Amino acid sequence: MATKNWPLWEVFVRSKNGLEHRHFGSLHAADADMALENARDVYTRRNEGVSIWVVESKHITASNPEHNGELFEPAQDKVYRHPTFYDLPDEVKHM
Amino acid sequence: MKENLYKYILGIADNSLILGQRMGALTGHGPSLETDIACTNISLDLFGQVRNYYQYAAKIARDGRTEDDIAFLRKEREYYNVLLVEQPNTDFAFTIGRQFLFDVYHLLFLTELQKSNDLTLSAIATKSIKEVSYHQRFSSDWIKRLGDGTEESHQKMQTAIDDLWTYTDELFHQTVADKAMVQEGIGVDVTKLKKDYYIKVNEILEEATLKIPETNYFQKGGKKGIHTEHLGYLLSDLQYMQRTYPNMEW
Repeated sequence: MATKNWPLWEVFVRSKNGLEHRHFGSLHAADADMALENARDVYTRRNEGVSIWVVESKHITASNPEHNGELFEPAQDKVYRHPTFYDLPDEVKHM
Repeated sequence: MKENLYKYILGIADNSLILGQRMGALTGHGPSLETDIACTNISLDLFGQVRNYYQYAAKIARDGRTEDDIAFLRKEREYYNVLLVEQPNTDFAFTIGRQFLFDVYHLLFLTELQKSNDLTLSAIATKSIKEVSYHQRFSSDWIKRLGDGTEESHQKMQTAIDDLWTYTDELFHQTVADKAMVQEGIGVDVTKLKKDYYIKVNEILEEATLKIPETNYFQKGGKKGIHTEHLGYLLSDLQYMQRTYPNMEW
C-alpha cells in the first residue's frame, strides 16, 4: 500500500488565541499541504483549535534517553531556580 | 401543503443524504486512517445539512411525519437525488471523483441559494457553505494528487472521471418544482450554474493533467425518481433498522 511510504508528521494545535501551540499527536501525509488537511480532519474535528502547525518528524532532534542522568538530574535539587518567591497578580493567567 | 416547495427541498436534501450515506460507508474502510476520518467528516457535514432540510420539509408537509420518516421511509422512486451521488464507492478514485463533481456544483448552488426569498433555505445555505468549501478543497486536492501522481493513480482517476462524467449534465436539469420555485424567487436557476461549473471542473482537471471527457450522451432520471440500480441497495442499508424495528430509537 502506498501509504506505507508517507512520511510521519508532528501536529501542533493552538486551542485558542493567546495560548501557545501544543503537541497534539502525529499522522502520515505525503506533503505539508496534505499534513495540514489531515491534521484538520484528525485533530480539530471537535472544535479543538484555531491554528495548526505541522512539521515533518524527521526534522525534530530529540534528546537521547540514555543521557537523562547528566541532562536532567542536576536540576532536581536546585529549588532556588524556581521563581516561587514572587506573588503573582490574579490578572496574570497561564503561568 | 406547498407541494412544489416540499419537493424542491427534498431535491436538495436527498443529494446530501445519499452522498452522505456513500461517504459514511467508508468509515473504517478508508485507504488510510487520515482519509478515513476525512470522508467520515464529510459524511457528517452532509447529514447535518440534511437534518435542517428535512425538519423544514416536515414542517411544510404537515402530515405528522418527522424528519426521520422522510429520511427513512420513502420508496426508491420518491427520492429525488441526482444519479451522480448514488454511484458506488468503486475505488478511492471513484469516491473522490464523485465527491469532486458534486462539490463544485454544491458550492455554486449554495452560493445562489443564499439569495433565496425563503429565509430558512437561505439560512441553511449560509450555514452549509463553509463546510462545502472545505469539501471542494479536499476533493480538488485529491483529484490533483491522483491525476498528477503515479501512472497507475492517473489511470484510475481518469477512468473514474470518464465513467462519472455522464452523470454531470443532470445537475443542471430542472424539474417542475424547480421551475416553480425559481419563478417565486425561492429556488436557484441551475441552468445558469452550468457554465461556471464546467469552467471550474475543467480547470482542476487540467491542473491534474487529466483529460476532459468528450461526450454528448448524458444520463438523467434521478431528479424525477428514476434511479440507477445502485440506489435500491443503498436504501436497503439505510432503511434497514427503521423498516425492521419501526420507530426504534438509539
